[in-house]
Amino acid sequence: MKNQSILTTGQRTWLVLLRVAIGWHFLYEGLVKVFNPSWSPFGYLMDSKGVFAPLFHGMASQPAVLATVSFLNEWGLILIGLGLILGFLTRPAIWAGMLLLTFYYLSHPPVTGLSYALPSEGSYFIVDKVVIEFLALGVLALFPTGQIIGIDRWFFRKEK
Amino acid sequence: MEENLKKPKGISRRELVKGLATVPVLGAVAYGIYAKNKHDRFLKSNIIRELNMSEDEPVIPAKSDGKLIRIGLIGYGIRGKQLTRALGFAHPGVIDDWIEGAKNNKDDLRYRDFLEQEDLNVQITAVCDIFDTYGRMAQEAAANIHRQGTAGKMGDPVKRYANYRELIASPDVDAVVIATPDHWHGPITIEAARAGKHVYCEKPLTWSVEETYEVRKAIKESGIVFQLGHQGRQTDAYLKAKEAIDKKVLGSVSLIEVTTNRNDPNGAWVYEIHKDASPQTIDWKQFIGQAPWHEFSLERFFRWRCWWDYSTGLSGDLLTHEYDAINQVLNVGIPHSAISTGGIYFFKDGRTVPDVLTTVFEFPDKNLSLLYSATLASQMDRGKRIMGHDAYMEMGNTLTIYADPRSTRYAEKIKQGIIKPDMPIYSYIPGRGSDTITTATEKYFAGRGLLYTYRGGKKIDTTHLHMKEWIECIRTGRQPSCNIDNGFQEAMTAHMGTLSYMNKKQVFWDETNEQIII
Repeated sequence: MKNQSILTTGQRTWLVLLRVAIGWHFLYEGLVKVFNPSWSPFGYLMDSKGVFAPLFHGMASQPAVLATVSFLNEWGLILIGLGLILGFLTRPAIWAGMLLLTFYYLSHPPVTGLSYALPSEGSYFIVDKVVIEFLALGVLALFPTGQIIGIDRWFFRKEK
Repeated sequence: MEENLKKPKGISRRELVKGLATVPVLGAVAYGIYAKNKHDRFLKSNIIRELNMSEDEPVIPAKSDGKLIRIGLIGYGIRGKQLTRALGFAHPGVIDDWIEGAKNNKDDLRYRDFLEQEDLNVQITAVCDIFDTYGRMAQEAAANIHRQGTAGKMGDPVKRYANYRELIASPDVDAVVIATPDHWHGPITIEAARAGKHVYCEKPLTWSVEETYEVRKAIKESGIVFQLGHQGRQTDAYLKAKEAIDKKVLGSVSLIEVTTNRNDPNGAWVYEIHKDASPQTIDWKQFIGQAPWHEFSLERFFRWRCWWDYSTGLSGDLLTHEYDAINQVLNVGIPHSAISTGGIYFFKDGRTVPDVLTTVFEFPDKNLSLLYSATLASQMDRGKRIMGHDAYMEMGNTLTIYADPRSTRYAEKIKQGIIKPDMPIYSYIPGRGSDTITTATEKYFAGRGLLYTYRGGKKIDTTHLHMKEWIECIRTGRQPSCNIDNGFQEAMTAHMGTLSYMNKKQVFWDETNEQIII
């Protein structure tokens, strides 16, 4: 693969660390929800503000939809987390992760005039940690390190 | 690709390490989750054992197969319309609005919720309102037995009576719903009880102290089923609050703070005046009743709560809801004394009742004070706070209990770090059940009621449940949750608050003679 040849060991190491750290974050978030029987995304969805709020409120308003959203979110987080940590199907995991982050961002856009029940630990305007994580995943999509350190290495590497 | 897939078979050691280098990270995450769950479980099980609160939600009472109850409606103003809907009858014009609303906004579920509201097997056979327009609307609502809009099919026309006495005397009325101004609650209840008609009466029970005794006597002598309109009795968080008090989760309670905060003309009883209203369409003489005579006044007719002549002010209208909730949970009874202060500070519109009021009730035999404070000119939401030596409780649609840092009962567990005074030891959220909160996220959502969901997938109106209980009690002969004894306590407590305000001095309850001493 071309990418590998132009990456130094340091670049490779830091990209893998970034991938594993984001994977850790996704996996842990997913597992916490799965292991908490009373967890529900209801509060989070109802707390949505901004132009897309009706969409998220709609998800919360019907028990069947809410259950589906909850299931997809929890297992999505877990599978994305596993994919990133193991470097397995890294690219699909990255895209799925970026999609989930897009939903989180649109449901709680950090813009002036909107405030949320859940306080944030910092101060954000337009760019928040969701955006940073999203952009970091974008970088990882262009440098798919799963083919260097990860299971993808066995399946997708065309050359050695 | 085919070829690539086969590669792992002949994999080199170096290749294996590069492929699985990050697998140990999974172990670390797994350990993290395991440790967190173990810790959470340890905290929760310890706290749950300590509190011994049941985990079930209060259930919706089952429907009994009873006979049809025929109801007469007396009063079809703001509350009368709500009570009629809670019985299953809405004006077709209102349903048109709901249908239109649902068309424009798919989140507008008012019509769907109304259609799903249980059929109580009641019929409205008679209506009475002294304003012609409301009287006619009441007839139309009562005939709307299929819950349809103006284009829909209606039931048989329902008779309108010009006078409540004739309605009560009517042989096709088994029970009456009273939603009149306060000064009419007592006389109509007495008349209905004497005629053997069951009564659902809006709060407060009475307008004057004297009629309170008579109302109780008439109801007790007749043996009718009486329910006072404090629908808070059906709020499941209050039922849980009672359990917490009974299980002494709070320890000895010394101070309770209840409040009213509103900040709009409607909340201050400045209701709209109907365009059809005039001396020709309103039976003014009947409106006055036992009140002092006053010439015809549209303001007084529609905004009657602003004048003592017809109203019981903040005490009767809003304190009673707060008091009844506390009486339901702590069974406090009539206070030993009451002292009120306040004034007309914001709505200087000619009203005689105060818009700011503070009343302190003492219950020395219970070792507690109940503090009520109200303003109709600020919406700062303060809720109900029950303060005990071991824990304090915030009561609303949700219920939250925090351990007191200086508690005796929880001292050991606080020291061990099992109970954290800044996290609720108990939280009850309708539709989500009981829980002990261990994360800050849940705490924030719970505190703001954002975790509120509907019971069994449906939002249930407490007024509907309260009326349903009354109907079921008529069928079974049981006593409803807000019966005449609770009503008597409620009325006397409210009157004590008002009398103290008017006389500018502390008033006392003589328990032996059942009298208010000024």
